[in-house]
Amino acid sequence: MSTVDLPVAPPAPRPGRRKEGQSPPWRLRDRLGLGLAWCLGLLFCAVAVAIVVYFLIQGIKYVRPSLFVTNPVTTANGTSGGGFLDPLLGTFLVTAMAMVVALPVGISIAVWLSEYGRPAALARVAESTIEMIAGIPSIVLALFGVLLFEAPVLGFLSSSAGGVVFGRSFFAAGTMLSLVALPLVVTNVRAGLEAIPNHVREASYALGKTRIATTRRVLLPAARPSVLTGAMLGAGRVIGDTAIIVVLLGATLTFNAAGSTPLLSTLRGTGSTLTYYVFYNAPTGEGNQPSRAYAAAFVLLVIVLALNVGVDVATRRARRLLWSS
Amino acid sequence: MLGALVCLVVALLLGMFAFVIYEAWPSFSHNGLSWFGSGGSVDSEIQAIFNSGSSLGRPIYAFHGWPLIWGTILLVGGSVTIAFVCSLFVAVFIVEFSPDPMRRVLEPVVRLLASVPSVVYGLVGVFVLVPFLGNHLISAGSKASVQGIVTLNGYSLLAGVLILTVMIAPVMVSVFSDGLRAVPRGWLEASLGLGINRWRTVWKIGVRTARPVLVAGTVLATARALGEAVMVSMVCGVVSFAPNPADGWIFFVEPTRPLAATIISFIDDLSTPPMRHTLYAIAAVLLVSAAFLSLGGWAAKQPMKRYGARA
Repeated sequence: MSTVDLPVAPPAPRPGRRKEGQSPPWRLRDRLGLGLAWCLGLLFCAVAVAIVVYFLIQGIKYVRPSLFVTNPVTTANGTSGGGFLDPLLGTFLVTAMAMVVALPVGISIAVWLSEYGRPAALARVAESTIEMIAGIPSIVLALFGVLLFEAPVLGFLSSSAGGVVFGRSFFAAGTMLSLVALPLVVTNVRAGLEAIPNHVREASYALGKTRIATTRRVLLPAARPSVLTGAMLGAGRVIGDTAIIVVLLGATLTFNAAGSTPLLSTLRGTGSTLTYYVFYNAPTGEGNQPSRAYAAAFVLLVIVLALNVGVDVATRRARRLLWSS
Repeated sequence: MLGALVCLVVALLLGMFAFVIYEAWPSFSHNGLSWFGSGGSVDSEIQAIFNSGSSLGRPIYAFHGWPLIWGTILLVGGSVTIAFVCSLFVAVFIVEFSPDPMRRVLEPVVRLLASVPSVVYGLVGVFVLVPFLGNHLISAGSKASVQGIVTLNGYSLLAGVLILTVMIAPVMVSVFSDGLRAVPRGWLEASLGLGINRWRTVWKIGVRTARPVLVAGTVLATARALGEAVMVSMVCGVVSFAPNPADGWIFFVEPTRPLAATIISFIDDLSTPPMRHTLYAIAAVLLVSAAFLSLGGWAAKQPMKRYGARA
């Protein structure tokens, strides 16, 4: 993989001025290019370090344990107090819901694409569909979600008042967010399945296993690290999404349950997530509480960081399982 | 069984196009092609559309979206151009030239930055970049020169482009460096064996072989930039102003509001019918451009694939 220690053969000695064993000097353009690559590389490092350090400082300054256990309070004059317990729980809830939808669907599509893929025309269409879903702005997905969940057929999934369905609920947001995670799950699982060499499949067939049994008992367990990677990358995107939350989860900071069944009512009701909490408390939002925005952003960053470490561990495990000798 | 599920997802995508465009149709059919033209202020048009929804008279649909489209083009074009050049060099640096310990740190950092939520970047913009631009870079004289037309307070095109660049560059870098790593070693070594120096080898063999991946990464990043609503609405200001290149360098610090951010700004008015159709029309424009973007990426990749590396 690494290219630093490439065996560079000494160039053939040219007659004339140059001493033996000395490589010809680089042209100016090459030197400029190399210099630019170094400069931009170091600049990139600097920006990355600056962002991380900035949020570390702000996080240490503003994160208080009390923020995690109290709910947002909106006082009469518009400023908000309290912590972000409900948004934090909302983030986990909505991510869990999105993954519950995206994982089975994504894995099935990936299995179909890599193991079956007949008819070929449908496979090609499905491939470009997944690619296109990855490119659709989440705000458009959100507006499509409003259309879907306002429909009377799906109205029971979200809160309604006097027969008017608003199409805003954890169900709606979770389902639409699963579309955000879906392409990442499909691409990763598919890459994992395609990395399994054919002799593994053939060995399984030779033992008399059917195609479905092979997929379930042999291929999917072998591809587990890539499933995990896909799931975590997808969850990262879901956690970071704001537009769908603003549109489909409603403009409240706390859980507003609809109905009285314990869990179901929360899922049918509206709520918020950390990203919306940050948006709300930024100077451009209604709350305008910078310290709370910073604290919530810091918590978000920590969650994303944890997911990234998870992805790293998963890929390392996948590398240990390399099939090719 | 699995095939049926795949068909369902394909149908969902087609349904999305159908539903959104159906819902957007009144706005398009009232305006015709002038929907995309310029003329008048978008904000006052939207106000009129909104008011007509609450009164009993005929709904008003007159809408000229050019300032929003122009803002989108400037933001996306600017940030993608800057991010592409920077990311290409950064990716080459990470894959070929960075010292080993640095690379081991950089690779996870790139992935982390690529998955940082966009509101967090927006927060950096709103607390650091916007006040800096507003207080230090924009002089009182230039603020006074456009007084009465638009307020220059730091919420600007430049802030949006910079933050958007920082947001999409890690996505590009991670895709690009995957592509560069997938270039067959033998090709590079053959070039080095011919006595060609390392930079030229990477540039002429590595980058050229990775071209399909470069296209794929750029398409991905452009889609992100196009659809970024919340972060842009945080740093680019709240008025829909079309920055005018004739204004000299003030052009860069003029506020703007692209298509996606406009939807977020007026999302609370979704319940009044004419407003709703207008917002869906904006969404339809975004949807169709995203579709064309991914089609364009596919088409651009075809001729490059013959010698391309896969990643």
